[in-house]
Amino acid sequence: MLNVDARGMSCPQPVLMVKKAIASGGSALEVVVDNNTAKNNVQRFLKNNGFTSIEIKEEGENITLKASK
Amino acid sequence: MENKKGIIIAGAVIGLMSALLVKMGNPANMGVCIACFIRDIAGALGMHRAAVVQYIRPEVIGIVLGSFIMSIGFKEFKSTGGSSPFTRFFLGALVMIGALIFLGCPLRMVLRMAGGDLNAIVGLAGFAVGIVIGIFFLNKGFSLKRSYTQSPIDGYVFPGAMVGLLVLLLVAPAFIFFSESGPGSMAAPVMLSLGVGLIAGALAQRTRLCMVGGIRDVVMFKDTYLISGFLALFVAALVGNMAFGSFSLGFEGQPIAHSDALWNFLGMTLAGWGSVLLGGCPLRQLILAGEGSSDSAVAVAGMLVGAAFAHNFGLAASPNGVPANGKVAAMILFAVVAIISVVNSDLLQASDVKKGAAQNA
Repeated sequence: MLNVDARGMSCPQPVLMVKKAIASGGSALEVVVDNNTAKNNVQRFLKNNGFTSIEIKEEGENITLKASK
Repeated sequence: MENKKGIIIAGAVIGLMSALLVKMGNPANMGVCIACFIRDIAGALGMHRAAVVQYIRPEVIGIVLGSFIMSIGFKEFKSTGGSSPFTRFFLGALVMIGALIFLGCPLRMVLRMAGGDLNAIVGLAGFAVGIVIGIFFLNKGFSLKRSYTQSPIDGYVFPGAMVGLLVLLLVAPAFIFFSESGPGSMAAPVMLSLGVGLIAGALAQRTRLCMVGGIRDVVMFKDTYLISGFLALFVAALVGNMAFGSFSLGFEGQPIAHSDALWNFLGMTLAGWGSVLLGGCPLRQLILAGEGSSDSAVAVAGMLVGAAFAHNFGLAASPNGVPANGKVAAMILFAVVAIISVVNSDLLQASDVKKGAAQNA
């Protein structure tokens, strides 16, 4: 399981961090972001890159996306 | 397609409203221009004394407040900041000066294209090159580092300042400058401009519409979400301009534009490069500032100061072309943005490692 902490990052860094993380060939990862823009962008990117299962959990300020192929 | 519906509608509505604002009195191809309008506000506040570009533009106030209201309503408002604020201030100023060399922010560039101004297509080419350079550094690890949650009050200061500007506009005290001729004197009725701003701000907040993000995401991620809004805006403004009879194709004699191709190109290269580093175009900075981002508020403050410098130091272009001072300033700013790009990326660390390795060997 790859972990990406993209909290506080401005566009397009959350997506870029995820892109770099999955470039190494991971098929399951957990991404933490702290705003809806980043959540939507990361979710769209994961969908476009073949991640079929994306589970989103919101706890306080943290939004966690658990994704796998 | 379904998920792009919102941003396509948002782009189309903003494009049509821009054409309407021109019809109702705004300068030609300037229904909405964030750079021009912040420059006009700087003039109205006496930060520069270019008498033809001084007006408190209600569109800017509306855009910020529209974003503010939507972000509160959708519980997205949050006071954040601390991501290299002064670097962002500088980048804001630099984007502004680039835009004033071209004569328009990325949004006005699209509106100029929709008005038939072919110089804007040269600007678009420069803009794309600037974005690609910015992407190169993003891929090399460029980051202004993360932001943090700030005091809950902090995020309200910028929208509050916009309310203050609105009061100054309506009360019009003697110390506020209002152009009597030139583009600054051309304006749609205040309430219409404010209303358009509010709608544009609300739509852009919901859809994250961003001119620089459109090209950036296509190049970086093959993601066409944001560029759909960009294209819809162009098409709608084009249709609106045709309908209102404000379309005129050509390079020469275009309204509030010059036809110096090199500097149209380079001005937008600077604006595009700086905007990628900021994470969004000037419109997007206003939206984020409305959502409580003090980093974006600082970038907008930088634009305000950059606009004042651009006119005080004779850097800004006019329909006669780009003054020599503007060309020199652009060259200096290219060096500045290159330094900002390199020192905030992994390039230096990488070469340090190599140097270390060489020393060890």
